Amino acid sequence: MTDTKKTTRQVNITSKTSVSVLFAGDSGDGMQLTGTQFANTVAVRGSELNTFPNFPSEIRAPAGTIAGVSGFQLQFSSKPVYTPGARFDVMVAMNSAALKANLKDLHRGGIIIAGTEGFDEKNLKLAGYAEGANPLEDGTLDNYIVFPVPVLQFTREALKESGLSSKEVDRCKNMFVLGLLYWLYTLPLEGTIETLQTKFEKNIQLAEANIKAMKAGYFFGDETELFANLGRFDIAPQKQHGTYRRVTGNEACAIALTAASKKAGLDLFLGSYPITPATEILQTLAKKKKYGVKTFQAEDEIAGIVSSIGAAYGGALAATNTSGPGLALKTEALGLAVILEVPLVIINVQRGGPSTGLPTKPEQSDLLMAMYGRHGEAPMPVIAARSPVDCFYTTYEAARIAVEHMTPVICLSDGYLALSSEPWLVESPDNLAAITPRFQPARKPEDPPYLPYKRDDRLVRSWAIPGTKGLEHRIGGLEKQNETGNVSHDPENHELMTKLRAEKIARIADTIPLQSIDNGPEKGDLLVLGWGSSYGAIKTAVEQALEEGYSVAHTHLRYIHPFPKNLEAILGNYKKVLIPEMNSGQLIHLIRDAFLIAPVGYSKVQGVPFNEMEILAKITDLIKEI
Amino acid sequence: MTDNDTTIVASPVRTAKDFASDQEPKWCPGCGDHAILQQLKNVMPELDVAPENVVFISGIGCSSRLPYYMATYGVHGIHGRALPMATGLKVSRPELSVWVATGDGDALSIGGNHFIHTLRRNPDLNVVLFNNEIYGLTKGQYSPTSKIGLRTITSPAGVIDQPFNTAALTIGSGGSFFARAFDRDGKYLRSVLKRAALHKGTSLVEIYQNCPIFNNSAFEAFATPDSKADNTVYLEQGKPLVFGKEKNKGIRLDGFTPVVVDLDKEGLSTSDLWVHNEADINKASILARFADNHAQSEEILPRPFGIFYAEERVTYEDALTAQIRDAQKNGCATLEELLKGESSYVIK
Repeated sequence: MTDTKKTTRQVNITSKTSVSVLFAGDSGDGMQLTGTQFANTVAVRGSELNTFPNFPSEIRAPAGTIAGVSGFQLQFSSKPVYTPGARFDVMVAMNSAALKANLKDLHRGGIIIAGTEGFDEKNLKLAGYAEGANPLEDGTLDNYIVFPVPVLQFTREALKESGLSSKEVDRCKNMFVLGLLYWLYTLPLEGTIETLQTKFEKNIQLAEANIKAMKAGYFFGDETELFANLGRFDIAPQKQHGTYRRVTGNEACAIALTAASKKAGLDLFLGSYPITPATEILQTLAKKKKYGVKTFQAEDEIAGIVSSIGAAYGGALAATNTSGPGLALKTEALGLAVILEVPLVIINVQRGGPSTGLPTKPEQSDLLMAMYGRHGEAPMPVIAARSPVDCFYTTYEAARIAVEHMTPVICLSDGYLALSSEPWLVESPDNLAAITPRFQPARKPEDPPYLPYKRDDRLVRSWAIPGTKGLEHRIGGLEKQNETGNVSHDPENHELMTKLRAEKIARIADTIPLQSIDNGPEKGDLLVLGWGSSYGAIKTAVEQALEEGYSVAHTHLRYIHPFPKNLEAILGNYKKVLIPEMNSGQLIHLIRDAFLIAPVGYSKVQGVPFNEMEILAKITDLIKEI
Repeated sequence: MTDNDTTIVASPVRTAKDFASDQEPKWCPGCGDHAILQQLKNVMPELDVAPENVVFISGIGCSSRLPYYMATYGVHGIHGRALPMATGLKVSRPELSVWVATGDGDALSIGGNHFIHTLRRNPDLNVVLFNNEIYGLTKGQYSPTSKIGLRTITSPAGVIDQPFNTAALTIGSGGSFFARAFDRDGKYLRSVLKRAALHKGTSLVEIYQNCPIFNNSAFEAFATPDSKADNTVYLEQGKPLVFGKEKNKGIRLDGFTPVVVDLDKEGLSTSDLWVHNEADINKASILARFADNHAQSEEILPRPFGIFYAEERVTYEDALTAQIRDAQKNGCATLEELLKGESSYVIK
């Protein structure tokens, strides 16, 4: 855009590989929108990108307090990035609470852009600073590069003739900050201008005010002496050619279910009850009616899954999504799905527990519930996604396994993946695996009777859906006689059926890929075995450790039940195995149980994802012990 | 049929036997469930629906064993959850005839939440609620419809919970159809089931069902020839509410209060009586309260049987299908469009 070229004076532009930025302010300050816009701009320009929003569970926590702080962290880079950054390089703090809550995660020497109006007496008090103390003035921030900017004052000046109410004007202050950050990182404004014009299509005045505030921020950077020493930065975009889209984990799950239904030629039915942080899956699918998707917002978690079982019985690709407390409520119905042997995808977006726990914070603490949390012996496949984009591939795989093996499948995500985003090279339909439902064809009167529980060589029964002539049959939660499916209390039959149900799941290992080493040598000192959202932190840490010459490798499990057939052999190729988990050690139980080995666990149960520095420190400590 | 060149393929003439599965019912001898099963099998051939297009869904309890005995599709699910399962099936397969067999415990206690929400949503389900005012399968505990004072193994000093009034609950939940029938009155039950099946929307049929083991004779007042006529009123659309052995009693509405009148004594004619209108939700609400036994009139009100209320209202699955059709008015979107999304960008 021509406007931004009217640089009044020369400012140094320094090239950097990666930058991690945190936008933090009060819940009402519009930090999520600001961060999202910044992310879109760098993504569209072709940067590698990883984002993570962090906000309170209350919709409007008391303004100005630590509880009310909302943040959006992102890392953009010239090389692939797998996390939003262990520490951020730049922090935008719209008020003193945002600074206080996040300062510990800012690199020493990092940049702070502080909206000075958020550091007035009232805000300092709300943030819990002692009377008279102001971090901007009292030396607290001596180790950082601080830029106090009267954001609100400048926004008001820029918009004094906008005709908007003072409240509306004040709400544009996040755009001022965004403009300033665009200047600092030599980024274009066009994308956001277009977005604002579309977003406020019906209120041009508001669109123009937001754009004007953003430009004011940009020009402020240009004109002020404040940044003369720091200069500007450029993170050269390096992304390969292609068509991309940015997705969060929850969006990716929703797209995957829809894609799987199309690929399988089935209708998609989602029975669901809103629960943080899984709700966006329902919201996203509710908007996919043009793909024929049917969503059913049920009266409770139980109705969510049971309606899906009904749809699955009728021949739909059926799914339900939830988080921990909801999965607990669904457990009886999971057992029903196991004994009925109908396809069903259960997406569990894990959050901190027990009970209501930490609704907006991630944890990997539902693994054992996913594995065993049912009455009776009710085995089902459990698979886990590792990144926002991988939520697509893992959910798609869950649907494939469910349909082709006639079983409920638990697909684990977590609150970190759910809301994080990264660019995704748009997938081609041809690259997606085929999904083939095994529908039982109609039966003629002279044919032998239909046996609902007759199995093929994978022990999978056929899918006989209502409306098919000659296959009328009754099934239910009572134990069935082998093959006929009739109610049976016979002792030997129950044992046989229990074994058949378990063996059917075990044989899925024949159809899934072998486990591969993500990074590092095939044999060596240490293997880091991860699952789920810790992928990015482990990946980054292992890359670093390899650069430093350590003998370490990384493998990341998607298939947790059943395990890939070669997992035991892989684990045997290293002197030590490290299993980092955001729980008190759940996968480690499964590994010890399956292979009788003694891996080293590394737990973090803080509702906060691992960062690469923590994992790297653990890796180097362990290898030094060898 | 062969009189001219046109060949008419008649739908096969089916009988009740075509709807009987090869499984022997395992209910107690004398249980009202046998009679209800028989009437369901009887009514099926009258509905012109092929067995493969019929699905019976149930929860848990004696009544919920019913799907095993019908030669249709069926799922015997988990306690209280038949309605959401049936809803999920109906929403994904609107062309099927979906029935729910449930009991007073299954539908009104553990499944109470699903009961009210299903009724307000109004999917086209036929719900047959076997009300025996007791838990049978778990051997005789009181249920949410047991009368106050009933002594059971879990209420040795008598039930103190106010029972649910199924009719009032149905109407209060926004149900579009409520009828009451009786297990022993087979022919009438069949006619009610047929009306319920033909109703588009959730039709709730409460069937008073005798449990001879744990709550025998709970409905005796409406059964024996001696007492039946004076204790029951059979609802007929457009007809006055007349009852009694001599058909000489009637119900008149005094404001909002139903009053029992003696046609002989008071010199009244049937034209002075309450005329039944299924479409009138206010009258249906008053009828629903007849069962509460605290009528404001001095005389005990007779128990109504038949169709209390029937409202034509859009079904859940039709409304959803309409939204999808609207979203697809320019064609069903493709997998390619899905994967590309609406905010993709090109890096050159």
